[in-house]
Amino acid sequence: MAVTDADVRLDRRASRVLARRMRRSEADARKRLTSRGATLAAIAIAIIWTIPTFGLFVTSFRPGADSATTGWWTVFVHPGFTLDNYFQALTSGGTALTLGSSFLNSLAIAIPATIVPIAIATLAAYAFAWIPFKGRGLLFVFVFALQIVPIQMALVPLLSLFSRGLSVNGVGIFPGFTLRDVDHSFATVWIAHAIFAMPLAIFLLHNFISEIPNELIEAARVDGAGHGQIFLRIVVPLSTPAIASFAIFQFIWVWNDLLVATIFAPSSSLPLTQTLNSLSGSWGDRWYLQSAGAFISIVVPLIVFFSLQRFFVRGLLAGATKG
Amino acid sequence: MGKSSRRRLLAPIALLGVAALALVGCTESGPGTSSSVKGQTVKISGGITGSEADALNTTFDKFTKDTGIKVVYTGDKSFEGNIVTKVNGGSAPDIAIVPQPGLLKTLVGTGQVVKPDKTVTDNVSKYWSKAWKPYGTIDGTFYAAPMLANVKGYIWYSPAKFKEWGVTVPKTWDELLALTKTIQAKTGSAPWCAGFSSGDASGWPGTDWIEDLVLRQSGPDVYDQWVAGKVKFTDQPIKDAFDALGSILLNPSYVNAGFGDVKSINSTAFADVAAKVADGTCPMTHQASFLSSNFLTVQTKDGKVPTVAPDGDVYAFILPGTTAGASSVEAGGEFVAAFSDSAAVQKVQEFMSTPEFADARVKLGGVISANNGADPTLASSQFLTDAMKTLQDPKTVARFDASDLMPATVGSGSFWKGMVNWIDGTPTDQVLSAIQAGYQN
Repeated sequence: MAVTDADVRLDRRASRVLARRMRRSEADARKRLTSRGATLAAIAIAIIWTIPTFGLFVTSFRPGADSATTGWWTVFVHPGFTLDNYFQALTSGGTALTLGSSFLNSLAIAIPATIVPIAIATLAAYAFAWIPFKGRGLLFVFVFALQIVPIQMALVPLLSLFSRGLSVNGVGIFPGFTLRDVDHSFATVWIAHAIFAMPLAIFLLHNFISEIPNELIEAARVDGAGHGQIFLRIVVPLSTPAIASFAIFQFIWVWNDLLVATIFAPSSSLPLTQTLNSLSGSWGDRWYLQSAGAFISIVVPLIVFFSLQRFFVRGLLAGATKG
Repeated sequence: MGKSSRRRLLAPIALLGVAALALVGCTESGPGTSSSVKGQTVKISGGITGSEADALNTTFDKFTKDTGIKVVYTGDKSFEGNIVTKVNGGSAPDIAIVPQPGLLKTLVGTGQVVKPDKTVTDNVSKYWSKAWKPYGTIDGTFYAAPMLANVKGYIWYSPAKFKEWGVTVPKTWDELLALTKTIQAKTGSAPWCAGFSSGDASGWPGTDWIEDLVLRQSGPDVYDQWVAGKVKFTDQPIKDAFDALGSILLNPSYVNAGFGDVKSINSTAFADVAAKVADGTCPMTHQASFLSSNFLTVQTKDGKVPTVAPDGDVYAFILPGTTAGASSVEAGGEFVAAFSDSAAVQKVQEFMSTPEFADARVKLGGVISANNGADPTLASSQFLTDAMKTLQDPKTVARFDASDLMPATVGSGSFWKGMVNWIDGTPTDQVLSAIQAGYQN
């Protein structure tokens, strides 16, 4: 026991020395990394980065005729502001929908298109990580490899599957949805987004879920928990950061998506990006409305990002460091 | 695994199954086919967006009241690419408004475009000049009636300034060059401005210039052969057009009024020149009739909305030919192709080929039609009325925008890129062979 004590003391001394050295090298590194020049450079980069967005923001409050003739910076000399762009953008739209109604469509698309793939991917990731079955490794590599299929390649086949169904040698396998004329149906867009999100979602969540200590899962098994209980009571609560950060990714990706929705959604279910795109008109003569539309569209991703950001950095690294 | 946990596992699966059933259930609630067209909805899509799309939707109001057929138009800025995907995927709209005959050919190639009925065919023969019908005809079969039109090759200028400088509208190309020189001498600054920037489509305003010059310098026959690929870009007539244009756009003392040097043409958005013409910084610019709608959102030097009139703030004359009085114009327009032969769709297609449709749309402003039965006085401005009369005049030699007729690899590929490179300083011969090489892609 005495020997152990001495060891401990020795260890303490060693650790004190180590700690001192660490502090010194940390201070060293900090000194090298943080100089007044570096801080100034960081601030300068931040300002330069923000200028275009700021310009867009100013433009969104300028009367259209002013924007067409002078740059936004002249506003500091000749101020002239209006909220008219926002009113016009919300009510005109430039296609069958107004920006306001397509804003609701975007929410109706983005929320299920975030929840559905995450629900399925978490289940799949759990299965890949903790349920041993034949060909698991091969199947996982296959799912992972699906990420390299470009979305554009899948558009026509998937759309054809939705609208015409699938039959092999005259035998009907899948009848297809006859959704072409159904107003306000989002099913095809949800399914398409869910499909396109799946490979990356499964990959990221699998890497996180497989890092849960084996002891935890085993202890649960010993206590008589089945897969359902392990999944719901251990895996899901533990992987909340990873799920939340992927949810941010997926939500913002779906919110900003134009292509998938344009191809799959019926005309009455088109999202915000589509109306935003059309706002300027055929000849681009009302482009100043797009600046207002852009800021209306930015609001939701900002809310999502700031309300979930505490998960973001943590979750971003999740699964990234698996050896 | 205990009994209860198995039930717990089963519950989500059962829920998923119910959800899937519900989804499939939703899909079977589509409208049944009824013999009456009343209450049916016809879906149209096209590349027209903004206030013009709103106007197009309004155009059908009376038609809906009369027939009970609801018409919904949806605009999409990337229509040209997306429509091909949608048609191939079996999810075509009922009617597509196709802006390019080349695209119409691609769509007909999918085998899903439905031939219009006899009334539409007869209407087109009756109301449009002979030049138009072939553009809606693919391999000898007529598929699509023209809808609206715009006239290319206008030179926008300021009548007030012309008066101030004591100059008049030129009648020949040589007079135009002389006028350019006069203005340059009087003002000491560049007489022309141009903007070729248009996102992925940058360069197209330049192709319009070249097409106008080919049509005027070498005549409609050479133009048609050029479109058909028989006259090459490297041949003399096309080279002449580039040289003629180069005498203006590549001359540093003639461009780019209000924007900078020759190279600033590439960085200027095509719609932005309207503002400079309106406030008097830019004496002349070349653009199609649609530019009149851009003048509604800009200001003159006094901060007012410019008046588009022969004696107002801005107006336009048609790019003159080599001899005075020669009247050949380049036109653009859209074509109405149907993907369904239902009675309602046919009714809408018929309506869109009538003078009544043209009148209703022209009255709402900003556009013109080449339909001879339509009333040009309904157009929203003196300028558009004149443009429409030009199109309807049987003496006018009208030709469709060549780049829209050429294969996409040239017409919306190497030709566009070539114009941008040409402005950037690539020698003409090199540009021409690069454009011609687009045929091999």
